[in-house]
Amino acid sequence: MDILRIATAGSVDDGKSTLIGRLLYETNSITKDKIEALESASKRKGLDFLDLSLLTDGLIAEREQGITIDVAHIYFSTPSRKYIIADTPGHVEYTRNMVTGASNAKVSLILVDARQGMVEQTARHLSIAAMLRIPKVIICVNKMDLVQYQESTFEEIKASLTELVKQTTFEGQEISFLPISSLYGQNITTKAEQMPWFTGNTLLGELEAFEYAETLAHAPARFPVQFVVRPMTEAYHDFRGYAGKISSGTFQVGDAIRVLPTGQESTIATIEKFESKLSHAKAGDSVVITLSTDIDISRGNTIVLASEANAPQLKDFSAQVCWLDHQALTPGKTYLLQHGINITKAKISQITERLDVVAQTATEGVDSLKLNEIGRIALRTAQPISADVYANNPSNGAFILIDEFSNSTVGVGFVQ
Amino acid sequence: MNKLNDKIGHFPRQLEDESIYIMREVAAQFERPALLFSGGKDSITLVRLAQKAFYPGKIPFPLVHIDTGHNFPETIEFRDWLAKETGAELIVRYVQDSIDQGKAKEESGKYASRNVLQTVTLLDTIEEFKFDACIGGARRDEEKARAKERIFSVRDDFGQWDAKRQRPELFDMLNGRIAVGENVRVFPISNWTELDVWNYIKEENMEIPSIYFSHKRQVIERDGMLWADSEHLNKEADEIPFEATVRFRTVGDMTCTAAVASEATEIDVIIEEILSAEISERGARIDDKRSEAAMEKRKQQGYF
Ligand SMILES: Nc1nc2c(ncn2[C@@H]2O[C@H](COP(=O)(O)OP(=O)(O)OP(=O)(O)O)[C@@H](O)[C@H]2O)c(=O)[nH]1
Ligand SMILES: [Mg+2]
Repeated sequence: MDILRIATAGSVDDGKSTLIGRLLYETNSITKDKIEALESASKRKGLDFLDLSLLTDGLIAEREQGITIDVAHIYFSTPSRKYIIADTPGHVEYTRNMVTGASNAKVSLILVDARQGMVEQTARHLSIAAMLRIPKVIICVNKMDLVQYQESTFEEIKASLTELVKQTTFEGQEISFLPISSLYGQNITTKAEQMPWFTGNTLLGELEAFEYAETLAHAPARFPVQFVVRPMTEAYHDFRGYAGKISSGTFQVGDAIRVLPTGQESTIATIEKFESKLSHAKAGDSVVITLSTDIDISRGNTIVLASEANAPQLKDFSAQVCWLDHQALTPGKTYLLQHGINITKAKISQITERLDVVAQTATEGVDSLKLNEIGRIALRTAQPISADVYANNPSNGAFILIDEFSNSTVGVGFVQ
Repeated sequence: MNKLNDKIGHFPRQLEDESIYIMREVAAQFERPALLFSGGKDSITLVRLAQKAFYPGKIPFPLVHIDTGHNFPETIEFRDWLAKETGAELIVRYVQDSIDQGKAKEESGKYASRNVLQTVTLLDTIEEFKFDACIGGARRDEEKARAKERIFSVRDDFGQWDAKRQRPELFDMLNGRIAVGENVRVFPISNWTELDVWNYIKEENMEIPSIYFSHKRQVIERDGMLWADSEHLNKEADEIPFEATVRFRTVGDMTCTAAVASEATEIDVIIEEILSAEISERGARIDDKRSEAAMEKRKQQGYF
């Protein structure tokens, strides 16, 4: 059974939480006691209808203000797959929570209010979806009930977004448009009787039909060592295994390997998963690998295939970043860079440009990147990192920046 | 569209790989981690994952049980058996001791439970052993405040959760860096649903405490639910125990976990019952029903 991860996006009050509530409601994924709790919470708010946004807006502050502040994860499944949905906040102040929710998504649902059309958040979220290389974006034109379900409104919004979409998408990204009403359940799981002019699929229909080519297994083989298993028991006296989750590619028993950054070589003796021994393992598998020779490997090293002559070792490179902290990014400052599980110090030498998300133009010569801004930086790390260009191998091309003093995660970067 | 039998027995294996990865991050990033073991199916699943993560090595951290004194005897028996079976170190601390030391006060009335009190003992235990990471079996599908949790959830000196100041958590990169005095709660099965847990238990052929299966026991009826009769339950005059055939869907204290009438003696039947249940898992937990935001408030206090 496969898993499809989805994240919502769009401006505040566009109806993201209501949409997710509706999707779960219509797929019978909400139990009776939870519906009763929603009914009484709706009543307490003085509403005469079932406010389905309360399903994910679970924090006290969120219910008081009627907005989403942090990501909620919510689940449902159909006979064909398990869905993990991240319902993210639309408010620009909480963009970092939006990025958190979107980072694992394969489908982004960007909502647009039919009365307003495109707004700045639409542009920001399309840019973020592109930056993260989310393979599919469904632009949901919501609240169609408030514009009398008119086809012309939908078409106008679609047309107004064409230019922006053209600028943000990357090759292979699927973008589609869908007119919906989250409040009245139009085009969520059943065809909208109010919009007979729309001949496309419903939201659930699109999700069920979506198949993305899992390219990770074909990407270059990368195995970051998380933990060295040394039982030192009688039965496993000399056992030395390297535990980790393969981030991309495939490894087979007998493969000649190289360890980065040390450059030592060996061959794979066994690939183990608990009590079973495997002949090979692929991206996403958490395994233990043993080698035919004793070499010095520690946490943070990356195992690659010896046949790959020029596996990357980056020290000076440029990256796209999205800033996630109130304290702005300033050039010259040192941060901790965490690439996968590996941490090293990094100095930001320069902010080469800042992106204007609406105009999709870059400004050069800026001296800071503030909360929620997207830009490009040049940086230098203390130790080389075995990162790929994000666009070529997303599972091994992203990193986070951590403030050494507050310990917070302050930015996310994508190797270019 | 929710056809029952289609979903039975399909555990998405990817979830296990992700959880094992998290377990290994805990062992690598922290000096003194612990696994909070309650004896319920979720923490039994955690133990299984920890076993797999470090095999053929032993689980490199202790199992910690905060014993409320109101546990089902079957749970305690199972706990001791599991610790022995896996060779993991077991640490037990008692809510009764916190009460005796005057740090916690027993509740009164018919809904009295020790659920809130266990936070006191937990925080003391964290301090005693200087645990810097505590692994818990909470799942995001359980409850709306839990749906907001990160996998690595940073708590301050007082164990408090600040929902408005959570760190961004991107991709699978876990940032466990903390200041002295802070600690991290880790939730490796965040993305599992109740059904995923049961399917996993089934596929892995795992042992679980007998109270999850149908059995006969003395119960009382209260608020339309069945409660196990015990010396810890404050009964009113008209609450007369009777025998019923029940099982437990979730296992907490005897005072706050309701039973469900069930004849299910096999895991497949349990899974079918869950698929067709009208009530959610936490619907049988009186501790969540105290107010709309009961869970969030307890988490702010340091509850796990
Ligand atoms: N008329 C109408 N109202 C809607 C529709 N969808 C949502 N709403 C209303 O719009 C308001 C905001 O809905 P939410 O679902 O909370 O919006 P959101 O996008 O999740 O907002 P944030 O998470 O705070 O960014 C609520 O009052 C909803 O009832 C719709 O399709 N039609
Ligand atoms: Mg919302």
